[in-house]
Amino acid sequence: MPYSKIPNWTPERGLEVLTFGLGGETFALEAGIVQEILDVQPITRVPGADPLAAAVINFRGRIVPLADLRGSFGMEAHATTADSRIIVIELELDGDPTLIGLAADRVNEVTVLHAGDAEEAPVIGIRWPREHVRCLVRRAGDVVVLPDLPHLFARLTGRADDPVTLH
Amino acid sequence: MSEDPTAAFRIEAGELLEQVEQGLLDLRDRLGDLGLVNAVFRGLHTLKGSGAMFGFDALAGFTHHCETAFDRVRKGDVRATPELVDVILSAGDHMRALVDGAASPAEGQAILDRLAAAVDAAAGVDAPGAAAAAVAPAATQGWTLTFTLPPDAMANGTNPLALLDELRELGEATIVARTDAIPTLDELVPNHCFVGWDCTLIGDITRDAIEDVFLFVMDDMEITIAPLASQVEAIDPAPEAAPGPAADVVAPPVAANDAGNRQPAAAARAQGEHVRVPAERLDALMDRVGELVIAQSRLSQLAGHGQDLALRSVSEEIERLAGEMRDTMMVLRMVPVSTLFGRFRRLIHDLAIETGKSIELVTEGETTEVDKTVIERLFDPLVHIIRNSCDHGLETAGDRIAAGKPGTGLIRLSAHQAGGEVLITITDDGRGIARDRIRAKAEANGLITPGQPMSDDELLGLIFHPGFSTAAQVTNLSGRGVGMDVVKRTIESLRGSIVVKSVDGAGSTITLRIPLTLAIIEGLLVRVGEGRYVIPLSAVEECLELSLEEDLRSRGRSIITLRERLIPFLRLREVFDTGTRPDTYQKIVVVGTGAERVGLVVDQIIGNHQTVIKAMSPLHRGVASFAGATILGDGSVALILDIAQLVALGQPREERRLAAG
Repeated sequence: MPYSKIPNWTPERGLEVLTFGLGGETFALEAGIVQEILDVQPITRVPGADPLAAAVINFRGRIVPLADLRGSFGMEAHATTADSRIIVIELELDGDPTLIGLAADRVNEVTVLHAGDAEEAPVIGIRWPREHVRCLVRRAGDVVVLPDLPHLFARLTGRADDPVTLH
Repeated sequence: MSEDPTAAFRIEAGELLEQVEQGLLDLRDRLGDLGLVNAVFRGLHTLKGSGAMFGFDALAGFTHHCETAFDRVRKGDVRATPELVDVILSAGDHMRALVDGAASPAEGQAILDRLAAAVDAAAGVDAPGAAAAAVAPAATQGWTLTFTLPPDAMANGTNPLALLDELRELGEATIVARTDAIPTLDELVPNHCFVGWDCTLIGDITRDAIEDVFLFVMDDMEITIAPLASQVEAIDPAPEAAPGPAADVVAPPVAANDAGNRQPAAAARAQGEHVRVPAERLDALMDRVGELVIAQSRLSQLAGHGQDLALRSVSEEIERLAGEMRDTMMVLRMVPVSTLFGRFRRLIHDLAIETGKSIELVTEGETTEVDKTVIERLFDPLVHIIRNSCDHGLETAGDRIAAGKPGTGLIRLSAHQAGGEVLITITDDGRGIARDRIRAKAEANGLITPGQPMSDDELLGLIFHPGFSTAAQVTNLSGRGVGMDVVKRTIESLRGSIVVKSVDGAGSTITLRIPLTLAIIEGLLVRVGEGRYVIPLSAVEECLELSLEEDLRSRGRSIITLRERLIPFLRLREVFDTGTRPDTYQKIVVVGTGAERVGLVVDQIIGNHQTVIKAMSPLHRGVASFAGATILGDGSVALILDIAQLVALGQPREERRLAAG
């Protein structure tokens, strides 16, 4: 499924998403990009990597980066609990399909969002950078955040000629 | 997963062109060889046919002209000449461009003009070999054919009527349809071909011409071809294939298969069956095997702890199978270097024309197998080295004869396996590398001071310095913006090394040592803090112990003395910011790249580990310290250290520290 900045709402069905909780907020991902939901498993820290993707996991014999959106959305680090999950998604980065694991405090449900409930992220009133968000969607008294993942990860995939310095 | 059908055609066309090119290069050496003429013709014919089928009309049209020219060679009214072969070689390049959609029509026309000229020049001349052979394949008064098309022929795009028309074009044809195999209406499959045909062909027709009509379907169809009015002779010497002209006999499948094997498309099979597999499927298989090995090691642990003998026996069986699968998997990616060496025949051919020198290429050890990725990445460096040898190394024929050597220069390309490495050497018998010119140039560039004493190896090593070129003038061949420094970097990126030897007046030898595969390395598994890392064993020179007291004493200088050399060291615990306390008995792993050495302080050396390398994710592109990652027996991930980066990291730190302290 293509992943565009503007969600690909269909008039009759809306947008099918997987919602998950992170740092007290509810996030949503297009269901089509979700590959698998994993229980918490051993992770390997990558020294010197950006906090957004500071570790890797073994996903079916493949090395998959583990991304943690908390930092980008101004949230505190959070201890792993029994509800913690890793959502493995496939995104096109630099033209190549890329597997990425996303840390989640809990995975909620697959549901349908409607374009009529969507709003652009306001200029003020949210505590994270506006460009990290594709849109906000009102749903059952809650607000669901659709993060702009390609935008978030672009900073890391840019051909880094100036490598991250090690401490 | 639907694939673009033209992508498959592009691959097929690439292979066909490769075969045609090899055939042409062979033909250039043996102009009378009819087998080669036929092979080239069939390659062109197939390319034209499948090109038209996939909508590459410009390609089909262009190829048609070359095919026609070669058909005339085949029939003996045009002689195969070096000029003609050269034109078809460049026509092959143009066909490649047509396949890629990057061709210039003007260039195509120019080639066709040259082709016409070459054909005219070679036409009407007695061509003994060709003429004899054109007659040889039993031209008779005519043939009888009995054939049934493969059931799916129409679904695959074959038009039976067009085949019949092609038969009619060969000569006077009487064609009768056999309808007895047509089922009743309720069993009829509309796009299946149930009709068979009996055909009598009168005229001076070769069997090849008939086989060509069925070129694309011959593999799967039933066909009997017998000379008319003579004692029956089937297409192959199978004794039972002996139908009379009107006999309603189906040829045994063996006959059809044998006939199929004469086709060019099947030529590759002569060296054994091959299956083309997209690389990503191999990678996926490799991932699965990796998982299997991990799951198996967990099973072994469970079985080892339990008392269940049956479970333990199954576990051992699976351990053996998983190990074998892993070994087999590794070999799947290996291809013989002949696929690489073959491409240089064309290069030498072109270089000989460009330089006006007479050059012979000798290849050895072509069956040596190397990982496909390695082979692909070796191509450009080898092109550069061979160009250098032809351009700078070899003398002109006149100079060679004056120096008492044969007029033809020799380039020898050889490969052989030595342990986990393959050695590739490129030797020329030219004038050798002029050391005085290297020295003069290096002095002029300020690389060395005038009169600076240097060993011979050091002096020759200067050619790998960036921006260094000894060509008195940049020629068309060598002045392409890449120097030996790029070659060296490419080889080193393959974890290989390069050595130059040269004898004045007798030529040069360049030896490349390359690991057989990039997929696996021998590594030293170490622990730093709570993380485990792999150090490529090829970079490890030795391991020493660093006691806590020594560690504390060495604070502020981080230098050890090893056999009277000062070696800086990096505490990986600090570099990786583990936030843990050092072990009481830390180890120093001394690693090196080239002349540089650095000690890496680790908490524990776990042991040797055969490592399947996996690339880091694009999200970790900015992290330079790791060359990749691997999965350990327990399923966890260990990062592989990039030694060159760590050594580079170590050097300035220590220099700063020394300068400060």
